Amino acid sequence: MLFKIEKRPEPSKSMVYLTPIIALALTVLCSIILFEVLGVNPIEALYQFFIAPLNTTYEFSELFVKATPLMLCAIGLSVGFRANVWNIGAEGQLTMGAIVGSSLFIYFPETDSVFLLPAMIILGAVGGAAWAAIPAFFKTRFNANEILTSLMLVYVALLLLSLLIHGPWRDPAGFNFPESQTFSESADMPILIAGTRMHFGTLLALFAVLGAWVMMARTLIGFQVKVIGEAPRAGGYAGFSQKKIIWFSLLFAGALAGVAGLSEVSGPIDQVVPSISPGYGFTAIIVAFLGRLHPVGIFFASLLMALTYLGGETAQINLGLPVAVTGVFQGMVLFFLLACDVLVHYRFRLNIARKAIS
Amino acid sequence: MSGFDWLVPVFLTVITAATPLVFAALGELVTEKSGVLNLGVEGMMLVGAVSGFITVLATGNYFLAVGAAALAGAIMAFLFGILTLSLMANQVATGLALTLFGVGLSALMGQDFVGEPVAALTKLNIAGLSDIPFIGPILFGQDALVYFSFIMVAVVSWFLYKTKAGLVLRAVGDSHNAAHSIGYPVIAIRYMAVMFGGAMSGIGGAYLSLAYTPMWAENMTAGRGWIALALIVFATWKPGLVLVGAYMFGGITILQLHAQAAGLNVPSQVLSMLPYLATIIVLVLISKDESRIRKHAPACIGKIFHPAA
Repeated sequence: MLFKIEKRPEPSKSMVYLTPIIALALTVLCSIILFEVLGVNPIEALYQFFIAPLNTTYEFSELFVKATPLMLCAIGLSVGFRANVWNIGAEGQLTMGAIVGSSLFIYFPETDSVFLLPAMIILGAVGGAAWAAIPAFFKTRFNANEILTSLMLVYVALLLLSLLIHGPWRDPAGFNFPESQTFSESADMPILIAGTRMHFGTLLALFAVLGAWVMMARTLIGFQVKVIGEAPRAGGYAGFSQKKIIWFSLLFAGALAGVAGLSEVSGPIDQVVPSISPGYGFTAIIVAFLGRLHPVGIFFASLLMALTYLGGETAQINLGLPVAVTGVFQGMVLFFLLACDVLVHYRFRLNIARKAIS
Repeated sequence: MSGFDWLVPVFLTVITAATPLVFAALGELVTEKSGVLNLGVEGMMLVGAVSGFITVLATGNYFLAVGAAALAGAIMAFLFGILTLSLMANQVATGLALTLFGVGLSALMGQDFVGEPVAALTKLNIAGLSDIPFIGPILFGQDALVYFSFIMVAVVSWFLYKTKAGLVLRAVGDSHNAAHSIGYPVIAIRYMAVMFGGAMSGIGGAYLSLAYTPMWAENMTAGRGWIALALIVFATWKPGLVLVGAYMFGGITILQLHAQAAGLNVPSQVLSMLPYLATIIVLVLISKDESRIRKHAPACIGKIFHPAA
């Protein structure tokens, strides 16, 4: 081989920040090829994907609307990933949060109390956390792999939503459409800026970013998460309970994903529908990694991934590109990021350089 | 005899539901035996499904289609190999990335073909034998891939436990450092195991789009790749038990169809939850015995190999 991969004595700090940028550059490069194959002018396509969605203030605010659920889910997931707890069921926890949270409105639609929305948000968090508690229980009690159990529960949650919305939750005045009645004003997320769809959920997401930042940097539980993730044995000697961290990271992620689900149904969607999220819970996995599992990084990564959703829609309308391009694009970002991560811990050396010179 | 005739279609549908799981789980089993955990089964199955489907639409040749599906799956697995084996990326994260990428890529590849029907894979029909009541259609009335899946179970068991190459593969999975110091090419062996897994997942996916429901729909695997991963744990990494598990899950999947046909008054969504719930229950029951898992699981699974020399 021409190159030799050599372990760095210490992980490279600069590469930690550089690799997301390299990965994005490679993704753009690859998507140029992809657009050529699809028969679209790549410059035009990239413009429609990344610039056109930000042309107006309204569109700019949409970026935050889309980034809100991503941010909430990814912040939760990142804590687990730090601790080597692989919860990949955020999509299901999001769905359960939406179901449990909105149940309050569905069963008491006449309520106009100011406490309705706060109660719904809390119930949303409880619903998501309860759904995440199932893999946590099975993992800590029976050693069952949380990757598989949390993912299976995504399908169960989606089917449960379908069951409710095709049955008891269907709006009686809704011409038999599988939709609930639209939420009343007191069940709606307040709009932050008039004329946009930016809602209170965005503030919750920003609060989660700040809260997670403080938690990971300044609190004992944040420290325990990091130690258990990087050196489980050392954590054990320090008396940190692995089970406690598993419970904590799953409940934390579930609660945030639940809030994300509730803020979708009582925010931009405004009713319960069969499909609440276009895969935010899965894209959040990419967001978490792209943001280097750090709250501030996640903030920016979620805006970027939100942009790919908007760009996908713009490109579909203006260029007739299939929506699936967004998914390919998101997958590529994560792929390249993981590939570039080798640069953080290893460096490449020319294998034959010296011999060739002498 | 006629009293049991209703069982024949039940058995036939169980077989078609189980076959994709047999392929995917068997391939991933070999991958895992070499010490690599590839969580991208779902993505590889989807890309295999759409590649096979497009090939049949274009050529009408099912043999080519299955080959294309296997190739597509192997290429996806090769990408996974580059990342995890050569660039030493985290296997869990890379597997997730492969699935997310596969979902998007297959949707993009198949967008023009959604809903287009193709003829289902033809079933064997041996005059005389296939007409025997009851056992005829079940034993002698399947499509070629069903027989192939059984052959592959035998081949994989034989390879893993009766050949030197299989022994080396298991050694690499149990202790890559020891295998490396004896002089076995750990990375090359893992590449082959990973790509075999990808090819098998691709065929499993193609079975869905060519035989189970002969059409293409986005995300048509509906979590079967993940169920295949769970099956391996259930089977404690034994090929024969993978077969048993796959047929058990095939049975649960089919239960919903027949329960509805029988007029059982249960919402369809509840019945559709069954395979997923069953997966969770089975995982819990099997994983409970930690020592048993540890005894059978390849010791190096998921660990990164970097030759110090």
